[in-house]
Amino acid sequence: MATTTPEVGRGDRSILERSAAARRADPLFRAVLTALAGLILALIAFFLIFLINKASPAFSHQGFFSFLFTNDWNPSKEIFGAWPLVVGTIICSAVALIIGVPIAVATALYVTELAPRRVRGPLVILVELLAAVPSVVYGLWGVFVLIPKLKPAEQWFADTFSFLPLVGGHVAGPNYFIAGLILAIMILPIVSAISREVMTTVPPDLKEAALALWATRWEMIRMAVLPYSRAGITGAAMLGLGRAIGETIAVTLVIGNSPTIGKQIFDQGYTLAAVIANEFGEAANDKLHSGALIAAGLVLFVLTLFVNALARGLVRRAENKGTKIKTVGGAV
Amino acid sequence: MTDENHLGTMDDQRPPATGSDPAAAPVGAPRAPLPDREAPTAPAHDGAAAAVLGKQTAPGIAVTDLNAHYGAQHAIRSVSLDYAPNRVTAMIGPSGSGKSTVLRCLNRMHEEIPGAVATGKVMLDSDDIYGPSVDVVAVRRAIGMVFQKPNPFPTMSIFDNVAAGLKLNGIRGVDLKERVEQSLRGASLWEEVKDRLQEPGIGLSGGQQQRLCIARTIAVEPQVILMDEPCSALDPIATLKIEELIADLKQRFTIVIVTHNMQQAARVADTTAFFLSGELIEHAPTDQVFTNPGDSRTEEYVTGKFG
Amino acid sequence: MSALAGVSSRRRSTDQVMRGLLLAGTLIALVPLILVIYYLLKKGLGAWSWDFFTTDPTGNFLGDQGGVKSAILGTIEMVLLASIIAIPLGWGVGLYLVEYGRGSRFAAVVRYFVDVMTGVPSIVFGLFIYIVVVLNGWGGSSFAGWKGSLALGLLMLPVVTRSAEVVLLLVPDGLREAALALGTPRWRVTMKVVLPTALPGLITGSLLAVARAAGETAPLLFTATIVQSTTFNLNDRMNSLPVQIYTDIGSPNDQLVARAWGSALALVALILITTLVARLASRRSRL
Repeated sequence: MATTTPEVGRGDRSILERSAAARRADPLFRAVLTALAGLILALIAFFLIFLINKASPAFSHQGFFSFLFTNDWNPSKEIFGAWPLVVGTIICSAVALIIGVPIAVATALYVTELAPRRVRGPLVILVELLAAVPSVVYGLWGVFVLIPKLKPAEQWFADTFSFLPLVGGHVAGPNYFIAGLILAIMILPIVSAISREVMTTVPPDLKEAALALWATRWEMIRMAVLPYSRAGITGAAMLGLGRAIGETIAVTLVIGNSPTIGKQIFDQGYTLAAVIANEFGEAANDKLHSGALIAAGLVLFVLTLFVNALARGLVRRAENKGTKIKTVGGAV
Repeated sequence: MTDENHLGTMDDQRPPATGSDPAAAPVGAPRAPLPDREAPTAPAHDGAAAAVLGKQTAPGIAVTDLNAHYGAQHAIRSVSLDYAPNRVTAMIGPSGSGKSTVLRCLNRMHEEIPGAVATGKVMLDSDDIYGPSVDVVAVRRAIGMVFQKPNPFPTMSIFDNVAAGLKLNGIRGVDLKERVEQSLRGASLWEEVKDRLQEPGIGLSGGQQQRLCIARTIAVEPQVILMDEPCSALDPIATLKIEELIADLKQRFTIVIVTHNMQQAARVADTTAFFLSGELIEHAPTDQVFTNPGDSRTEEYVTGKFG
Repeated sequence: MSALAGVSSRRRSTDQVMRGLLLAGTLIALVPLILVIYYLLKKGLGAWSWDFFTTDPTGNFLGDQGGVKSAILGTIEMVLLASIIAIPLGWGVGLYLVEYGRGSRFAAVVRYFVDVMTGVPSIVFGLFIYIVVVLNGWGGSSFAGWKGSLALGLLMLPVVTRSAEVVLLLVPDGLREAALALGTPRWRVTMKVVLPTALPGLITGSLLAVARAAGETAPLLFTATIVQSTTFNLNDRMNSLPVQIYTDIGSPNDQLVARAWGSALALVALILITTLVARLASRRSRL
């Protein structure tokens, strides 16, 4: 017999039921949230469709492969060969990776393995501060500080090492190298942060095993930490690459925006992102020109999508290696 | 010692915790045989408490042919057993025996896991909680649960924690302050927290937090209380308090407790059910299970040959 | 003696050299930070004045150039609107992924694409809004502040979603179970137990996204573009600090360049304050 369940509001229903109105709330709530999630997918699909649609005049005018591989970007003649832009993007990103990744990894290694405990926190914060500086401020600094201050050194380098390929000749103020250098600074925080995360998942017994074999600290890093973190660090570098490819404002301010492929590293150049920022004003009413710029944006979009997908796959795999995947009573 | 009709403890002032006298704890002394189901136990509480708390007898649960799956894994095989009203039934068994799963099928928490399914008949009084028109949410108001790790809501005060079951469900017409006090008394926590009801619930010690969770559970006035290893995260003194509490609570509720501690089962439970690999092996009065088990597997488990 | 013989001196010196290199690398990483802050302060503080903050750019060819009031206000207005769009949406998707989507294929796909979205260059978001909203003439074919907010909101959305998901996953399942076991419907568990517990972390993640959006130039270039006067009408073109800086950099006028430094300092200060508030919010987290 009886129960002590609150009688309130039950009416005639058995204790094991609820009002119809109350039961509707749960499915409704879930439906709303699911719809929001679906909205994201719809947005991305939308993106692609619209970009492709508006880019098609340029593709049909130029031909898709011609667009990508013709070495002649000449809006006034209605020739839109994006090859110089693609090459410029590649060169700047390469410089950014070559300079930025080793430094980022060195920072990550130092913070996780070598730094005294009390210094770790502040160091991490300082590196993160680099990420707080917006792109336009880096551009400003690049134009008025970096370019004039580095020019003499660059010229000296170009003169002294002119026997190297891609080096030698007159150093332009804004050039590929400066753009790559600023990109390196901009990708430092993210490459370092992710490398750090991956390095902290290295199992301590692996490191201790190395140390127990009389390894020096560096040898332990070389034998235990680096091999284990290799995939994750590669992923971090690729994320940095993705960031570098898409960076617009800082680059366009310091690269010179010259739509030809420079002959050496200290020449002016152009990138896919920079051309969009630069030429959109004048292209606004020109369907073909703006179509070409949108096409450049599409190429940029697909490129970064691809690089980031690859990167995230690597990073996720690396992170899951060391730590168990969190499960909820059997669910993943 | 608590005997079957130890009354009047819930509203009277409890003497301070007697951790110093473990010999007084009810250990597996021979228990009185189970009273008939029909004979109601008439508690002689003072009238005021009875008026607030309603009738003191709770229904039992009758399980028939319960099967539970985690996806393709058949975890519980055709379990049938009766949980006697106003009694404590313990479920014991080695890890993976399915005792916790069975417990979670009793308040339909099992199906909250994606891919988990349970079938069978589980009768609460005259209602099958797995019936077609039954709402899962309402089932859980009638059958409450206390978990292994105390889980008070971190953003709420002690008062709000106890009232949470009522507030979260928009139940009106209940005097919250009175209900909270009654629940805290029922959980033997009132004296310790009555002056700091507005403090955060997570500021309490482990044992106090668990009693807070018990208060929270009884505040919605369920008929059955399920306990999933409620003391395994607690120290021995806190454990003792909770075991004493259980002996009180069964005056008002039917209690089912899962425990991996056989001594605990011997101390608190009227009957004990032994599970192995998802099957019910034996269900009998507790002292019989421990001194003269019917099945050899039960005997091997309780004598520590495995587990 | 031999058991305690040390490492060979060659190995030891390699160790020292490599340690030194790693330290050097770390210090090199900090050099740009120091230099940027130094120049920002050196050249930016000088541009700060009462007029700097309270007058609009004049657009004069010669003479008084005015301050950047419209830029500061414009940034605040547009970022505010972008946050109103992106934060509820991001929290909603995060809630879906954690409360209802664990183990579901659909949720895995959504999560993947949210990840993907975080890597999209900001200029592509600007391009997209330009194509869809400006070119097509929705809400008038002109540039407008709210269109800039749309682009910024798109930028913020994946960031807010990802951080929300991380924070919501930190809420222990024991809390959800406790609420469910009290007979609480799922939607109430989410709104009354999970959300309040995760709130400080959610706010931190959102504020960090706000800080990021405040500094973006590219998405605004062809959506809100630039204008001189202060306006509170989001339907008009609207100024913003990043775009104002970008425009001033290219000018031959030294005053404008100086103003750009002042604006840059103001922008970085704004971002740092927002980031600081975000970090402080996370201290109140009980997760």
